Amino acid sequence: MKHILGVLVENNPGVLSKVSGLFSRRGFNIESLAVGVTEDPSISRMTIVVNGDGYIVEQVTKQLNKLIEVIKVEIISDDSVVRELALIKVSANASNRNEIIQIASVFRSNIVDISKNALTIEITGDDQKISALVDMLKDFGIKEMVRTGIVAMDRGNRIIKANN
Amino acid sequence: MKITCAQAVLEALKQEGVEVVFGYPGGAVLPIYDALRESTIRHVLVRHEQGAAHAANGYARTTGKVGVCIATSGPGATNLVTGIATAYMDSIPMVIITGQVPVEMIGRDVFQEVDITGATEPFTKHNYLAKKKEDIPRILKEAFHIARTGRQGPVLIDIPRDVQEALIDFEYPKDVNLRGYNPTYKGNYKQLKNAARAIVHSKRPVICVGGGVISGNATDEVLELARRIKAPVATTLMGIGAYPSKDPLFAGMIGQYGAYSANKAIEEADLLIVLGARMGDRATGKTDEFAKGADIIHIDIDPAEIGKNVSTNIPIVGDVKITLRELLKFEIDREDWDKWLDMVEKFKDDESVIKSHDAEGIDPISIIKGLSSFCSDDTILVTDVGQHQLWAGKYFEINRPRTFISSGGLGTMGYGLPAAIGAKIANPDREVLLITGDGGFQMSMAELATIKQEGLDIKIIIFNNSTLGMVRELQQHQYDERYYGVEMVGNPDFSKIASAYSIKSVKVEREADVYPAIQKILNYKGTVIGEFLVDPKANVIPVSRRCSGETHIRSIG
Ligand SMILES: Cc1ncc(C[n+]2csc(CCOP(=O)(O)OP(=O)(O)O)c2C)c(N)n1
Repeated sequence: MKHILGVLVENNPGVLSKVSGLFSRRGFNIESLAVGVTEDPSISRMTIVVNGDGYIVEQVTKQLNKLIEVIKVEIISDDSVVRELALIKVSANASNRNEIIQIASVFRSNIVDISKNALTIEITGDDQKISALVDMLKDFGIKEMVRTGIVAMDRGNRIIKANN
Repeated sequence: MKITCAQAVLEALKQEGVEVVFGYPGGAVLPIYDALRESTIRHVLVRHEQGAAHAANGYARTTGKVGVCIATSGPGATNLVTGIATAYMDSIPMVIITGQVPVEMIGRDVFQEVDITGATEPFTKHNYLAKKKEDIPRILKEAFHIARTGRQGPVLIDIPRDVQEALIDFEYPKDVNLRGYNPTYKGNYKQLKNAARAIVHSKRPVICVGGGVISGNATDEVLELARRIKAPVATTLMGIGAYPSKDPLFAGMIGQYGAYSANKAIEEADLLIVLGARMGDRATGKTDEFAKGADIIHIDIDPAEIGKNVSTNIPIVGDVKITLRELLKFEIDREDWDKWLDMVEKFKDDESVIKSHDAEGIDPISIIKGLSSFCSDDTILVTDVGQHQLWAGKYFEINRPRTFISSGGLGTMGYGLPAAIGAKIANPDREVLLITGDGGFQMSMAELATIKQEGLDIKIIIFNNSTLGMVRELQQHQYDERYYGVEMVGNPDFSKIASAYSIKSVKVEREADVYPAIQKILNYKGTVIGEFLVDPKANVIPVSRRCSGETHIRSIG
C-alpha cells in the first residue's frame, strides 16, 4: 500500500542524506522523494511516497520524527492534490510528428522542444495520467524520460505548518 | 575580547559542567589541545580512541552526566566509531568532538580526511559538521542539550581545524531553539487512567524494567509501584540495577540468558508493565510467543520504541519518573489475591543447575558469588562481553542503579577495561571491579597504561578459559560441537603483562583458593589483575530440568 508523507525539515545541508539514509538502513521502501524550499526559506518540504503496511508507516513516521532536523511529519490523505512533472523525449519524424502532438494535446501536456527527429513533452499530473501518456508514446520510441517524483498538498484548510 | 573557537569549545564544556575529557591528539585537533593545556578541564590520555569513547561511556553511566571524548580527524575519528555505536545502542549521553581537515579542503580526500558525520549518522542521536565559526557556541549548547534530554544518546561535533583557530566573540547561549526536537515528558492522562484500571483488574502483574529506569532516575518510583501493586520485577540486561536484587519481589533478568523465574513470570503474567525498555530481541526471544497471555502497558520516552518490537495495549510516551509519579497518584493498590507472588517464588527454586561434565577448572559462578559477597552495594561492577558478563549479571548481587556497567545493545568486546577507567575517574572513592574474559581483555589491554598513568585503583578479574567462551558455547549448541576459531592459543602470561606495567597480579588455579584470593585482591590498595583459570566447558545456559533458555536456545551471540 502506498502512503504519501509531507515532511517539514530544516533547510540545512545534510538533512536529505539523514532522511534518505534512515529509509535505507531501516529497510523502508521509498517510491519517490521530492524536496524543495517552502514559504519560509529556513524550512524545506519533502514529499515522500512509501510502500508498506500500517506498521511500516507508523515506524517511518516515528523514526523520521526522531531526526532532530525534522520539524513535522504528516500523512497526506488520499484525496489530496497530487502532482508530478515528467519530461519525455520521444522519437519523431515528419510522418508521425503530428500524431504525437495530437496525443500530447489530448493529455493537456506541452511540447517544450522540437528537433528533426525528436519531440520533448512536458506533462504534469498524477501517476496514472503520466503512465497513460507514456503508454501511448511507447510505440514511437521513448529516447529519454525524467520524472520529479510527486508533490502533494491536502485540499481545503488542512495545512502542514511548523509549530512556532 | 575575542577568543579562538578551540577556547570557545572548552569554555562551553566548562559551562556544561564537564570536568574530564578522554582523548587522543592529532594534527586536526591541535588547536583544541593547545587550549586544553591552559584549561582547568582534566584530560585523560588513553591508548586507543575507542578507549576514550568507552571511558566517556563508563563516566556517563556511573554519574548520569554527559561523557566527553576527543579525537583527531581520519583514523582518530574512525577509531571512535565502535565506541559511539556502543553508546548509541545503550542510550548513553555523550558528546564526541573530532577534528576535521580545514573547510576548503573538505571533499578532496586530503590527508586524514574522513566523512565522520556521514559515517556516524546511523548511530548518533545527532551530529554536526561545524563549518562556520559563529555556529560553535550554539552547536555546543545544542549538542549537550540533545545528548542529555529525551532518550539520551551520543552527539558528535566535527570541527575543521581552521574553524578551531578562528576568532569569535564568545557568548554561550542560555537556551536552545530546536523546533524539531520536543521530547514528551508527561504521560497522557487518559492512558494513565487506563493503565491504573488495568493494574487493579490484573491477577498476575509483572513489571519489566530497562535501562531507561536508570537513566531516568526512576528507581524509587519503581520500588513503590512494585510494592503497591504486589508485582514481581524482572529486568533486561540494561535494567540490572534498576531494582535491588535482594528485594523479595525481584525476579531476575529476562531473555535467552536470563533467569527462569523472570521468563516464567512473564509467560504466566496477565499484565506486563514495561518501563524504559525497548524490548530487544535478546530480551524477548520470539516476539509472538512473548508474554502471550498478558496485556502490555509500555511507558517509554521514545515513541518509536513503543510497539516496535512487541505490540502494546496501553502505550504511554513520557519520562518514566514523571509518568510513574502520576501513575502512583491513582488508586492502584491491590492485594495478591491469587498467591501470584508465591508462584513466582517457586519459579526461583526451579532453576537448579546440574553440571553435565567433569569440571576442568574453577566454577565461574563461585567466583562471582565470592566477589559479590565481599563487595558492598556501593561497588561499581563493570563487565566485558561474553559468558563472564552473563554470569556476572545473574549472580552478582546488584542493589543500586549505576553500579552495573556493561555493553548491552551492541555487545562490544573490549568495552570493559576502558569503561572501568571512566567509572573510576568519575568515582575515585568507590570500589571499581572489572570482570572480563581473556578474549575481551586483550582487545583493550593497552589501556593498562592509562590506569598506570592516572594512578587508578581498579580490580581487574580475568576469567581465563583460554577460549572465546560465549562463541564456543554457541558452537556446542548450534553447530554440534564443531569448534573453530575459538581457542585462544597464544594468550600471554597475564602476570607478566601486569608486571610490565608495574601492576600487581594474582593467579588462581584451584577452587579452594578462590575466596582467600578474592579477599587479597580486594584488600590491596591499587590496581590488581586477578587471573582465575575457569572451567573452559562451563556454559551460561544452565543444564537443568527446566532450563531457562529452552525456548530461546537457537539465538545468536
Ligand atoms: C568486538 C566483538 N567481536 C566479536 C564479538 C563476538 N563475541 C561475543 S562473546 C565472544 C567471546 C568472548 O570471549 P572472552 O572475552 O574470552 O569471554 P568469555 O565468553 O570466555 O567469558 C565473542 C567473540 C563481540 N561481541 N564483540
